[in-house]
Amino acid sequence: MENKSWKGWLYLLPAILFLGVFMVYPLMDVFIYSFEEGYNSASQTFYGVGTYNYEFVLHDPYFLQAVQNTFILVAITVPLSTILALAISLGISSIPKLKELFQTVFFLPYVTNTLAVGLVFMYLFDATDVTPGLINVILGIFGMEPIDFIDGPYWAKMLVLCLYTVWIVLPFKILVLTSALASVDETYYKAARMDGTSKWRIFRKVTLPMISPTMFYLIITGFIGAFKAYSDAVALFGENLNVAEMNTIVGYVYDMLYGDSGGYPSFASAAAIILFVIVLTITCINLLVSKKKVHY
Amino acid sequence: MKITLDHLTKKFPNRAKNKPDVIAVNDFTFEMPDGKLVGLLGPSGCGKSTVLNLICGLLKATDGRIYFDEDDVTNVPAEYRGVGIVFQNYALYPHLTVEKNIMFPLENFKGKDKLSKGEMKARALEAAKLVQIDQLMERKPAELSGGQQQRVAIARALVKQPRVLLMDEPLSNLDARLRLQTREEIRRIQRETKITTIFVTHDQEEAMSISDLIVVMKDGVLQQIGKPQQIYDEPCNLFVAKFLGTPPINVFHGKVENGKLMVGKDEVLSADLPDQEVWCAIRPEGFTLDENGPMQCALHGVEIMGRDVSVVAVHPALEGTELRAITPTARRLDDDVETVRFRLDPEKVLLFSKQDETRIRCELK
Repeated sequence: MENKSWKGWLYLLPAILFLGVFMVYPLMDVFIYSFEEGYNSASQTFYGVGTYNYEFVLHDPYFLQAVQNTFILVAITVPLSTILALAISLGISSIPKLKELFQTVFFLPYVTNTLAVGLVFMYLFDATDVTPGLINVILGIFGMEPIDFIDGPYWAKMLVLCLYTVWIVLPFKILVLTSALASVDETYYKAARMDGTSKWRIFRKVTLPMISPTMFYLIITGFIGAFKAYSDAVALFGENLNVAEMNTIVGYVYDMLYGDSGGYPSFASAAAIILFVIVLTITCINLLVSKKKVHY
Repeated sequence: MKITLDHLTKKFPNRAKNKPDVIAVNDFTFEMPDGKLVGLLGPSGCGKSTVLNLICGLLKATDGRIYFDEDDVTNVPAEYRGVGIVFQNYALYPHLTVEKNIMFPLENFKGKDKLSKGEMKARALEAAKLVQIDQLMERKPAELSGGQQQRVAIARALVKQPRVLLMDEPLSNLDARLRLQTREEIRRIQRETKITTIFVTHDQEEAMSISDLIVVMKDGVLQQIGKPQQIYDEPCNLFVAKFLGTPPINVFHGKVENGKLMVGKDEVLSADLPDQEVWCAIRPEGFTLDENGPMQCALHGVEIMGRDVSVVAVHPALEGTELRAITPTARRLDDDVETVRFRLDPEKVLLFSKQDETRIRCELK
C-alpha cells in the first residue's frame, strides 16, 4: 500500500493543480490585497499594510446598504422558497395524473435565462408610457393606487427582488425535493396508514425526517446562493444598483473592482473577505443545527 | 378472531390498453379459524400478498366480502380494522429509536383511547419483552441485526393489540440460520398471544414447519386448504403435489393397463382403475432400493446428506431431467453401479389426471 501512495497523489494531481491555480491562489491573493492599502493591479503597487480597507468598507454607506439588502434577501427568500418548493413538490408527488407535465412546467424557469426572466418581470412590474405594468393593472382592478415597483419606494423594490429570486431558485428545489420524496419507501406510508396516523403526523414524523438530508442540502446551498446574489438585481434594476438602493454585497464587490474609474481592488478584496466570513459563519451555524435536526 | 373471506376477488386494470384486467385474486372463499397460525403459500406472483393487503385494507376488493368474526369489514378503512402488519422489509422508521418505533402506533390514539406517556412506555416495554428486545430500546434500527429489526417490527404490530396479525414474507430477509430461529420465535409469540396470524410465504418448508393451517394458492385461485401434513400427503392436484416437499416430488408419465400401473415399461404397482394415461407422482421417500424392485433407473449419482442419502437417477418416463430418491444410509451403493432398482411405497405414489391434473384417488398395491 505505502509504496503505491504516490499513485494516489498522481491521480489527484490534475484536480489539485486546477484548484490550486484557480481557487486557492486567488483566494490567498484576495486575502493579501484586502490588507494592502491602495493596491493598483496595473502597477502592482500599494501604499501600506493595515486594516484601513476594512475600516473604509465598513463605514461606506453603500456597503452597509448592500449588507442590509443581502440580509433581507436571504432572510426572506431562503425560507420562503424552501417552504414553497416543499409544498409544490408534495402537491406534485400526490397527484397521480399529469405529474410529468407539472414537473416540466415548474422546471421551466430553471432553463430560462436570468435576463430573459428579468424582462418578464419588467413587463409585470415596470410602468411604461402605455401601461402601468401588469401587476399595477391588477391592483387597479381592486381599486388600489399604482405602485412604482422599479423606481419607487424601497419596500416595493425589495418585494420585486425577493419575488424574482424566489421564482428563480424554486425550480431546482422542486426538482430535488420531488426526487427525494419519490425515493421514500412506500411501505413507510403503508405502515403509518395501518396505524391510523393522520396526514399531518405522517408528514411531520415520517416524510420530513426522511427527506431531511435533502432539505438541509437545499437550505445550505440556498443560503450561500442568496448571499452571492447579484445578477438578479442587475436584471431588474440595471447596473447602477447603488443609486437604486438595491445593491448586494457581491454587487458592491463588482462595483469596487470595475466601477467608476479603474476600480479599487483593495476595497473589493476587503468586502469579499467580509462576505466570505459571513457565509462561513452562517454555514457553520447551519451545520451545527443540522446535527440535531438531520437524521442519519 | 375468525376471518372469513367470501368470494373475494381483486382485479387490477391492465397496463396495456384493450387487454382484460389482471385478476390477482379470483373468487377466494375460506374461513380462518380463531387463534391459529395460517400460512398463505404460493409461488411469487400468485396473489398471496394481494390477499394480505385486502385483509388489512390497504387494497380495496373488487368483489366479495371480508368478515372479522361477524363484522363485515369490506369497506372499513385500514386503520379501523384493528390489524397489525409486519412488512417484508419491516418498514421501521430509521430516524426513531426502537422504543419510539414501537410507540408510534400508540401515539395515534385519539379521544378516550389516548394514552399517557407513561402508559405508552409501559405498553411498548411489554411488547418489547414479548419479542425479547427490551434491552435494545434506545438503539436505532440501523444498529440492529436483521433478526432484531424483525422483532421490533413484530412488537410494533402487536403493541396496539390488534385482532389480527399479518406478516408479509416475514423470513425472506433473514439468513438461513436466523430463519430457523425466527420461525420458532414467530410460533412462540403466536402461541403466547393467541392472536389470529396470517403469514405469506413462497417457501413451502417455512409454511409446513410452523403453520396450523396452510392455504395454497396459484394464479389467484385457491388450490387447497389443510393441515401441513394433510396437504403433503393428500394434495388435491399436481400443482400442490409439486409445490410442497423438498426435494420435490418426482413426476412420471404413467399408464394404467389391465389394472396395472405402468411407468414406462416398468410395471410398478397394481391399480384399481380403468385403462387411461396418468401422471404418476412419487415422493422422494417413496423409493426403496431393492435389487428385485420393479422400477429400473440409470444411476446418476449419490448425494450424502448425513442421515440420509439422496439417490439421483434417470428414468425414461420421467417428466423433467432427474429423479431424486431419499433412502436411509443403511446400505451403501458401490461406485461402479450403473443401474438401480427401486421398490415403491404405495402410500407415497399419487396419481393425477392427464387432462386437468386433478388427483385420481384409487387403491394402489
